[in-house]
Amino acid sequence: MNMSQSIAATDDSAISLRSLTKRFGELVAVDSVNLEIAKGELFGLLGPNGAGKTTIIKMLTTMLRPTEGEARVWGHNVAKERNEVRSSIGVVFQDPSIDNMLTGRENLDFHGRMYGMDGSLRKKRIDEVLELVDLTDKADIKMEDYSGGMQRRLEIARGLMHHPKVLFLDEPTLGLDAQTRRYIWKYVEEMNAREGVTIVLTTHYMEEADYLCDRVAIVDNGRIVALDTPKNLKDLIGADTITLEVQSGGDALLQSLKSVDWIKSTATSNGTIELRVDHAQARIPEVMIEAYKNKVFIKSVGLHEPTLEDVFLKFTGKKIREAEGAGNPMRAMAMMHRRKG
Amino acid sequence: MKLDLFAIYSIWLREMLRFFRLKSRLIGSVGAPFFFLAFLGMGFGSSTAIPGIPQGIGYVSFLTPGIIGMTLLFSATFAGISVLWDRQFGFLKEIMVAPVSRIAIVLGRTAGGVTTGILQAMIILLSGMALGMIVPSLQGFILSLVFMILIAATFIGMGLVFASQMEDMSGFSLIMNFLIFPLFFLSGAIFPIDRFPSVIKILAYLNPLTYGVDGLRYSLIGAGTFSLSLDFVVLAVSCAIMLGLGAYLFDIGDVK
Repeated sequence: MNMSQSIAATDDSAISLRSLTKRFGELVAVDSVNLEIAKGELFGLLGPNGAGKTTIIKMLTTMLRPTEGEARVWGHNVAKERNEVRSSIGVVFQDPSIDNMLTGRENLDFHGRMYGMDGSLRKKRIDEVLELVDLTDKADIKMEDYSGGMQRRLEIARGLMHHPKVLFLDEPTLGLDAQTRRYIWKYVEEMNAREGVTIVLTTHYMEEADYLCDRVAIVDNGRIVALDTPKNLKDLIGADTITLEVQSGGDALLQSLKSVDWIKSTATSNGTIELRVDHAQARIPEVMIEAYKNKVFIKSVGLHEPTLEDVFLKFTGKKIREAEGAGNPMRAMAMMHRRKG
Repeated sequence: MKLDLFAIYSIWLREMLRFFRLKSRLIGSVGAPFFFLAFLGMGFGSSTAIPGIPQGIGYVSFLTPGIIGMTLLFSATFAGISVLWDRQFGFLKEIMVAPVSRIAIVLGRTAGGVTTGILQAMIILLSGMALGMIVPSLQGFILSLVFMILIAATFIGMGLVFASQMEDMSGFSLIMNFLIFPLFFLSGAIFPIDRFPSVIKILAYLNPLTYGVDGLRYSLIGAGTFSLSLDFVVLAVSCAIMLGLGAYLFDIGDVK
């Protein structure tokens, strides 16, 4: 199944993939992927490690040549117009890619030079991007004295430095603590809003894709298995669930709730009642009123809203954590270690 | 072919920043050649009867161009191989996705390696003169710079070739002990090559550094084994081959 096939390429496409395929010997890392990403979009590739997200990014950033098919970034063919593609993009790699012996400012200055920016423009832009990631006061410190989160922020600033049309972020928050992750989300949103840059990010964090992305493609085994806005994807799972733990009189309550029109379905099992509803948070008070009318004492209320994890489960038949190989937690730890060190 | 002078200059500039920031590397890289020069010079300097050295030329005068060759050999090979560091620390990816030609990247690195190599060579030249080497003429000095550039570029190319074949720095000591040291000893840097047995002499003739050291001797002290034009031609050809091969392998290599 490939939902994107029906979407036609237009001039509004920042990126378009046509049957893009990458094989490494026998292994098919990316399997005939079709995709259109619109200009200005904040787009997410969500999937477990090894799903093919990074391989897609590597082909789009000219680091790997496609085996078959075609990909265009800002109208340029990634295999044939590599320099034009390179001029149009900024990349924040999954692994650190800074010069530790240089300061933050020197790393940014080098970057600006590589993209042909002149001296006064570089100076102005360095100040701008440093401010965006709150590193202005750390600009003249050597990178080896930066924390992992600060290094990451500088890399994001660097990716944006030369006004790319499209910015690729490969696992931007891998190995970072929750607070730093929140900051990085804020910067990514700001960049997308303030600079209008099209952003393509990969992640295996459900909440990251959900929180940040306009649209999400769920990638598994080199294929896109689902593609839509996070909300629409979650709506595929269906309604929210309210779980009531009832002390007594559950049957009466169930009877009276069955006549309420916004409750889609009900279920019951040893003292708990499950209600399938839309907008569950807003419905809880009404359920309470109904319980009060029936003189039913409710011990606790549970609420479950569908997550992208549920969507992933629906489309792949497995949880995203299970889909990752056993070696991957170690890899994530190694990454953290590396970023700190 | 786009040469991209600004990018070459920028990559050169980064090499300079790194070189001057790493004081330990500067001191470390001239340390070994300096001790070779000082101790060999002091040890053999007084005995005038080293066979094969032209009449009237002291051992320190003979030795200093050889040690300059050694300095360039070591620092240039390391500069080429240090592409591996950039790969290991991920910085290579930053350069490889920039809209800059691969040739510009190689030339920038080479320019950086040549400059740092020559700076180190200058320290050795001054040390040699302090130890009693005859002072070269201005023309001789300028001519020696040409040979220094060619020697450095040749072995940066060689370093790039190794870097393209190696996964990480773990093979470096192997290359150091089984290639770089033999190249140094076989170049006639510390004693005249006509003292070698004829089999070994063939190896010396195949070594580009032999011609580099000979060219440096002609330009700095006015005495050598072959001829200045032969030295120049052999070195220029090996420089073109090595650098071309290094650049080619760097270009087709995976970014990872």
